[in-house]
Amino acid sequence: MAVGNRNEGTPLDLDLINKIQVNRSALERRAASLPKRRAVKKDWQVAWMLQAIRCIDLTTLAGDDTPQRVVRLAQKAIRPVRTDLLSALDLDVNTVHCASVCVYHSMVASVAKALDGSPVGTCAVSTGFPAGHIPHPQKLEQIEASVAAGATEIDIVVSRQNVLRGDWQALYDEVKDFRASCGDAHLKTILATGELASLKQVAQASQVCMAAGADFIKTSTGKESVNATLPVGIVMARAVRDYYVRTGQKVGFKPAGGISKAKVAVAWLAMMKEELGDEWMQPELFRIGASSLLGDIERQLEFHLSGHYSAANRHPMA
Amino acid sequence: MTVKDILETLEWGPAPESDKFAREWLDEHGPDFGMYINGSWVKPKNGENFETHNPATGELLGTISQAGKTEVDSAVAAARAALPGWSSSPGHVRARYLYAIARQVQKHHRLLAVIETLDNGKPIRETRDADVPLVARHFYHHAGWAQLFDETFPGYGPVGVCGQVIPWNFPLLMLAWKIAPALAAGNTVVLKPAEFTSISALAFAAICDSIGLPPGVVNIVTGDGLTGACITEHEDIDKVAFTGSTEVGRIIRKATAGTGKGLTLELGGKSPFIVFEDADIDSAVEGLVNAIWFNQGQVCCAGSRLLVQESISEVFHDKLRARMSKLRIGNPMDKAVDMGAIVDESQRKTIADLCQLGCDEGGAMWQPDTEIPDTGCFFPPTLFTNVSPSSTIVQEEIFGPVLVALTFRTHKEAIALANNTRYGLAGSVWSQDIDTALEVARSIRAGAIWVNCTNQFDANAGFGGYRESGFGREGGREGMFAYMRPINKLAEVANTSNSGSNSSPSESGAESIDRTSKMYIGGKQKRPDGGYTLDINGPNGPVGEVGRGNRKDIRDAVEAACGATKWANVNAHSRAQVLYYIAENLEQRSSEYAARLSSMTGCSDEDAANEVSDSVAEWFRWAAWCDKYDGAVHETTMHGLVLAVNEALGVVGVTCPNQRPLHGFTRLVAPLLAMGNAVVAIPSENYPLSATDLYQVLETSDLPGGVLNIVTGIHSEFVGDLAAHDGVDSMWVGAGDIAEVQIASVTNMKRVWKANAGASDAEMLRQATHVKNIWLPHGV
Repeated sequence: MAVGNRNEGTPLDLDLINKIQVNRSALERRAASLPKRRAVKKDWQVAWMLQAIRCIDLTTLAGDDTPQRVVRLAQKAIRPVRTDLLSALDLDVNTVHCASVCVYHSMVASVAKALDGSPVGTCAVSTGFPAGHIPHPQKLEQIEASVAAGATEIDIVVSRQNVLRGDWQALYDEVKDFRASCGDAHLKTILATGELASLKQVAQASQVCMAAGADFIKTSTGKESVNATLPVGIVMARAVRDYYVRTGQKVGFKPAGGISKAKVAVAWLAMMKEELGDEWMQPELFRIGASSLLGDIERQLEFHLSGHYSAANRHPMA
Repeated sequence: MTVKDILETLEWGPAPESDKFAREWLDEHGPDFGMYINGSWVKPKNGENFETHNPATGELLGTISQAGKTEVDSAVAAARAALPGWSSSPGHVRARYLYAIARQVQKHHRLLAVIETLDNGKPIRETRDADVPLVARHFYHHAGWAQLFDETFPGYGPVGVCGQVIPWNFPLLMLAWKIAPALAAGNTVVLKPAEFTSISALAFAAICDSIGLPPGVVNIVTGDGLTGACITEHEDIDKVAFTGSTEVGRIIRKATAGTGKGLTLELGGKSPFIVFEDADIDSAVEGLVNAIWFNQGQVCCAGSRLLVQESISEVFHDKLRARMSKLRIGNPMDKAVDMGAIVDESQRKTIADLCQLGCDEGGAMWQPDTEIPDTGCFFPPTLFTNVSPSSTIVQEEIFGPVLVALTFRTHKEAIALANNTRYGLAGSVWSQDIDTALEVARSIRAGAIWVNCTNQFDANAGFGGYRESGFGREGGREGMFAYMRPINKLAEVANTSNSGSNSSPSESGAESIDRTSKMYIGGKQKRPDGGYTLDINGPNGPVGEVGRGNRKDIRDAVEAACGATKWANVNAHSRAQVLYYIAENLEQRSSEYAARLSSMTGCSDEDAANEVSDSVAEWFRWAAWCDKYDGAVHETTMHGLVLAVNEALGVVGVTCPNQRPLHGFTRLVAPLLAMGNAVVAIPSENYPLSATDLYQVLETSDLPGGVLNIVTGIHSEFVGDLAAHDGVDSMWVGAGDIAEVQIASVTNMKRVWKANAGASDAEMLRQATHVKNIWLPHGV
């Protein structure tokens, strides 16, 4: 998967980080009203759902993952929608594929091989995912190993303690090291927002990670008790916007965890369009980390085309 | 456009709401709409009517009956006839009807929302998510007040037949705000919806009909301003409630002056939206969208004056422009449209003219390059910078999607700018610093303050203004008082002079008299400006002299009172101490005061002694009340605290009765002081010496100068000046002609109360304060 120009980062400006303010109840109101303000219907809904598929990092992060299981997933990512459905929409079969397949390091080689020659990226979660409690040098080794095995994108977890303790310098240094270890692979920084104290910390951590060179900022591992919520998403999208206005550099955003319905995915796209603009609705700058979302979108697509509700067994499983 | 195309552009598509069922309803009930009087649908005798249109398309929706005097008469007669039955029905019975209305509104919520959008032009998203849910909530809430009426409001009953005139900006919601509390308290109503937007009120009448509301309890008459005047001037109406422009509010105030009609007015505003440098700027920008582009800015409490701290103003304005560019304007029946149509072309033109004036005066107007429909009545979101308080558009209410932006340097300046307006309806404060937010919230002179939020409404939080934004509250406990009056109160204390004695003041004779009582202004004894003195005569001839006050004495007294309004910030305990001290010092000199009373009024020594001791007790009573008239924390649908704070009115003018002159003076002045008001008191015309004697007590009692000012003389020579003074926030008329005061009060639409020494303490406390609701949301 082609990813846009990289974020080169900036020096850490602690003054700026300390001035950040976020009001939780205002964010909750915005999050409640936004999906109601911005419905898309009929053909537009179909197009937006297809676009959501294009932004999916199709994910499996289970203890029982095996090489053959992830290969099935990889093949699904290349051809996520039944050809007859695409044909009915006058779309070429290559028009719609997922952005990447996201796995643990041990599965990277199998996925990379299965995706070879396809436009779908290989994404590895890394740095002691999901909790990040391994020694820093091992984290760097893990990144380098995944890149060597064929990963084009690395999803790292930040040390939550640096955020919770407000040690922005430590967070900055850590992410900068990760970025260096990534080489040409793109870096997504997972904030694990469900484990942070406040939306203000989310905004602050977002700015620090972007300053340190993150290509994407990502909400969650999917393993916290609270994952991607719209208020958190709006805060992070606004952080991306501020960073762009200040530095001219475009950083992507990836919500992950809990996005399993087509309607919700469309609401996230609407949020990106509204808070950031059309460019941030493209997979170069927007990803959705999800495993079961695709299945719901497939059924909704068929409903739109056939006029009757569909069932899961009618769509090829991963 | 195919899916393939859309996949390239990723644009918003149309998301139309169906109008199928609303069309069916219109066909069934229209196109010639009648009115709902005495439980039947009637057409005007003379057959007059007018057209109503969909402002978004210009399409004719039907014709609306124009009620004349005949129809208003029959509606009022129906309401009068229904009153005894309705007001005497148990609270539970009224509650069941209100509950049935609430349920019907809920069951037909989409139909009502679509009708409202077709008729008014506001986005379906708003009628669906804001207007109609708030309507249902209002009736539910007030079903509760009806149920709990006897327990909650002992000593109060309905006012009677209420005439209600409502505006076009929230047609059904304003109807709910008027009718729900009126019915809950046992009143019957005649309501006129606005000319532009009558249909939802007729749909509401159909609901009343369907639930079997007794005939005459709710009457809906339609028509223009003439019909409205027929209602507000109708002699058999007991109370008028109006929401609309300050201009029309003034006319109604004059028309009802001296008629004894109750009156509540909810008028215009130019509400400040204040953003401090420590605010969540993006959220404040989003708040502004809801403040000034909600309902196309046609909202009386719209946050139309943006005040941003200088240090962030550039960043803020940039973010604001970017946000404005994202607003979608168009077919209000589209679920994903932010701004619909302006209600009428005449209104659109007013907005455009004011914008032109803003430009002519040097303002910088900015509008986003947003697509706007070619037909229909639309106006883009508009931002004015490079304006100042001296710009017309910063002072005048525009009532459209136009924001004026000013900057400030300090908290103090922000507060001063916020209060630099004739209005006082609402305000919004954005800061993450609780210290800043609360200080500013307390300091803005307005009825609703939203901290880090805006345009929050709930049936259980009173809404209403200070200053020219009107008086009275709608919603919650405080709103119920607008539709109740005390019953079985003590016989009204007669305000007559003691007959038989030669007790009127007269031009000073040549004979010299020992004691010359001056006026008391700004904590100092002052000679009358005019240099004339009046004799005060007792039954046995002259007993003293007082200054003959004039308008300049009033001017000076009000000036002094305005300088002393910080008395409201003195803590209640300290205010109480001062009042207790007055009582103590008065008692020390009780024999002197008693002698004065008997020499002035000719009353017995015993009566005089009693009056003095009653007065001492009165000071004690109000000292006691100082820290006991608590506000409330309202339960609303918002997550957070809604603090109902009882605030001082500011400067209050009070005329005091002749009856028991010392006690009458005390009974009216002390509660005002207890609640933190600064007072200009006009003592009894015939027996003012007890009051002027009092300044010696005041001077020894630590009452700060200017908090209580006393002007003596012939009431008719200056009370009009006091009532008309823009620096006076309220008038308590304890003596003299209330009509004169009510008429004069239109200058700044001050609240006027027919003060009566026999009123209950609770009524006094309520009349001595405003309720300000401070909304403090927090996360879930």
